[in-house]
Amino acid sequence: MILKLFLTFLKIGAFTFGGGYAMIPLIQREVVEKNKWLSDEDILDIIAIAESTPGPIAINSATFVGYKAAGFFGAFFCTLGVVLPSFVIILLISFVLDQFKAITAVQYAFNGIRAGVLALILKALINMYKKCPKGWVSYVVMAASFVAVAVFDVNVLLVIIGCAVFGLITSLIAEKRCRE
Amino acid sequence: MIFLHLFLTFFKIGAFTFGGGYAMLPLIQKEVVSLGWMTNETILNFIAVSESTPGPFAINMATYVGQAMGGQYGLWGNLLGAFCATLGVVLPSFIIILLVAKFFEKFKESHIVKGCMTGLKPAVIGLIGSAIVSNGITVFFPVGISLAVFTTVEFISAAAIFLLALVLALKKVHPILIIVLSAALGIAVGYLF
Repeated sequence: MILKLFLTFLKIGAFTFGGGYAMIPLIQREVVEKNKWLSDEDILDIIAIAESTPGPIAINSATFVGYKAAGFFGAFFCTLGVVLPSFVIILLISFVLDQFKAITAVQYAFNGIRAGVLALILKALINMYKKCPKGWVSYVVMAASFVAVAVFDVNVLLVIIGCAVFGLITSLIAEKRCRE
Repeated sequence: MIFLHLFLTFFKIGAFTFGGGYAMLPLIQKEVVSLGWMTNETILNFIAVSESTPGPFAINMATYVGQAMGGQYGLWGNLLGAFCATLGVVLPSFIIILLVAKFFEKFKESHIVKGCMTGLKPAVIGLIGSAIVSNGITVFFPVGISLAVFTTVEFISAAAIFLLALVLALKKVHPILIIVLSAALGIAVGYLF
């Protein structure tokens, strides 16, 4: 069972590009439909949990599925499985990458690629904005965190902690008002 | 000791980034660039590699930075550096999820968790926005901002590739295709002008 969990997540790690959310449909097919380790409802829980805990979605999901299916060792081997392909592939590529860098054509290619990547990041930002709940708290936090880092170069960790505390306080106040 | 430093830095990154994919970019970039481990340019280059290889962005990034920094100690240094950084970025997730899985029902209903998330979700958007600004400066103004820059080949070609890539991305063209196209255009511009 644990070997099968490991191999399944090795496969998931090796075949999802873009990571994170791209992995969820694959997890669903392998873990729910094929092997019946978890139910569809568990998959929804995974998404909710992965979003509200720190760390990469892929790691969060692998650890959660492994733990639910087979306890601590399940969690350990699922996580190892999902990390291993990335680790090996990047390690191999980075040796090659360093040698390619000196070629003029490769440098030109990366000049173009950097502009393209910037567009991909902006697209990811637009998608996240669409999914984010709207309201005055959201807009204030978005603007404040942007200005704090882009203009005043405030430490990113402080901004993250500050925004979490601000969200907590405003939602507790809103709840209290609701009850009254 | 670089290996301990790698582990601790990526542990911090793993423990404080919420949301998948590029949500990690602002913190990784700030930490790694301010330590002098990599430049904005190298990170942007590597994002293209990460998009074109399987696996989560955070793991790819940790492995890459780790091997580069450990490399000063030879081949085993590459391996150990990659291992320490990757372990660091994975460990907080692993521990937290084990705890959450045990107390799942309580966690799911927790008003404190929900409250924090109302602040964290928009915060990630603001942070990625600021990362786009700092990376935009690297991409569009590689030699610094001045009035003359706006007419140079570098600026115009970068802006053209950026706009084309954005339109294609919004039309849901696959990221790898966009990267390949940007690379081809970059080579064409480099040899033509």
